[in-house]
Amino acid sequence: MNWTAIAAIYRFEMSRFFRTLAQSFFSPVLSTSLYFVVFGTAIGSRIQEVEGVSYGAFIVPGLIMLSVVMLSISNASFGIYFPKFLGTIYELLSAPVNFFEIVIGYVGAAATKALFVGLVILATATFFVDIRIEHPFAMAAFLILSCLSFSLLGFIIGIWASNFEQMSLVPQLVVTPLIFLGGTFYSISMLPPLWQTITLFNPVVYLISGFRWSFYGSADVPIVLSLLAILAFTGLCLAVIGWIFKTGWRIRS
Amino acid sequence: MTTILSIRDLRKSYADGFEALKGVSLDIEEGEILALLGPNGAGKTTLISTICGITTPSSGEVTVGGHDIQTDYRAARRMIGLVPQEIALEPFENVWNTVRLSRGLFGLGKDNARIEETLRKLSLWDKRNNAIKELSGGMKRRVLIAKALAHEPRVLFLDEPTAGVDVELRKDMWEIVAELKRDGVTIILTTHYIEEAEAIADRVGVIDKGELLLVQDKETLMAQMGKKQIEVMLSEPIAQIPDSLALHNLTLNGVGDVLVYTYDTHADRTGITTLLNDVSQAGLVLRDVQTRQSSLEEIFVNLVSGETV
Repeated sequence: MNWTAIAAIYRFEMSRFFRTLAQSFFSPVLSTSLYFVVFGTAIGSRIQEVEGVSYGAFIVPGLIMLSVVMLSISNASFGIYFPKFLGTIYELLSAPVNFFEIVIGYVGAAATKALFVGLVILATATFFVDIRIEHPFAMAAFLILSCLSFSLLGFIIGIWASNFEQMSLVPQLVVTPLIFLGGTFYSISMLPPLWQTITLFNPVVYLISGFRWSFYGSADVPIVLSLLAILAFTGLCLAVIGWIFKTGWRIRS
Repeated sequence: MTTILSIRDLRKSYADGFEALKGVSLDIEEGEILALLGPNGAGKTTLISTICGITTPSSGEVTVGGHDIQTDYRAARRMIGLVPQEIALEPFENVWNTVRLSRGLFGLGKDNARIEETLRKLSLWDKRNNAIKELSGGMKRRVLIAKALAHEPRVLFLDEPTAGVDVELRKDMWEIVAELKRDGVTIILTTHYIEEAEAIADRVGVIDKGELLLVQDKETLMAQMGKKQIEVMLSEPIAQIPDSLALHNLTLNGVGDVLVYTYDTHADRTGITTLLNDVSQAGLVLRDVQTRQSSLEEIFVNLVSGETV
């Protein structure tokens, strides 16, 4: 393994993040605050409690997941799409690195940035609501796995995309609806029975449910299923990455 | 001299059937400067991209310093630096970090002194903290070279390094190349500026339609392929070439005071003595005589148009 190269890619990607640190920090703080004002205060005052937790606190895990998933995808997809767009990918291809080392560098940096924002949102939320984390290790595991797996997905999107429109296609048309319908702002038990069944086909449900369980100890689906789902998703992304590595799809002519 | 880069029957064809390289074989000696000449679409960039790992070859074998570019790609690529044709740089990053990334990618640890030396050599030191987007086109090209040199390569590929570059910067670039040669770096450059090859190359390769038409020592090539001309300047203009000189295939300039005789330098008999005798016997008085050798450009045009090989 060329660890020096992995570190070089990681550092280079992170330097972009540090150049816009204020933006990276204040943007999630502002958007989280807005969510609390709109959902937590305006709607939450009518809902009171969900599964024994105040509505404001209930939506915190979902809000974190929403940002983490979207940011992981956009960070990783732009991270690898930009060199393709600018032409700087020539250097990656002619360097003594293999594809997995490139993936580790880019995905690692994208996941780190998303993790940072996730923690900023968590910290911001503590100013608005009382939060308890019953299973901190599970919380960390879900958070890190989500950052990594969706960064892998973002990387695949970045490799696949041949223009900027395609870059936003999957996040906007697929991921956003799945997150909003995945129990970010409500418990699945609040839905009619038919919709409860349909919702179980949404993979994000398992993610948010598991993450919420690590906070408040209650979940829409069994925690083991949540863990298996996130592991399966990570495995699937890795398999696709492996196939790209083998075939050089959209990278090496 | 030892061979540092060996290419054997290298082929590259694409899914649509287009053959970009049709069995190129070439040995490059350590420390030499080889200029690859060829028109647009000849396969110059494909050849370089394949050696550097950007394009996968369809068949054939390439070794760099004895390392196969596919089975031992890490060792092979560590020896290679590539300066691409297009300016491809991250616009918002500064010069220092951009160059440092290149060094890291090739597995070399932090060495600020080495990066400083490279930046100073390329007159980029004062710009080290500037974002790439603030640099002029010429400076960006220098950054590309600095990136390629950051990992101390033994073989440097320069893909049209002076395309779209002004005369002054081109001269600078030639000086940089000469300095790298002094440092022992082997340089392969592609160009379609013939004067570039003529000015800096040790050997010249001509590539067209995916085939290497020839590779030869520059001087030998010019001597062998070159046609020489004698310009015979007359003291009095003439209206037409006298019939007695018809056998020499002369041409007369517009004013009528210069006769031009073209001959092969490697012919057994150049016919110069006979010509001068015949000119004298025709009653023409000479004012001056001068010779002119055809340039690489003329040789090149002849080669790719298939007139002479």
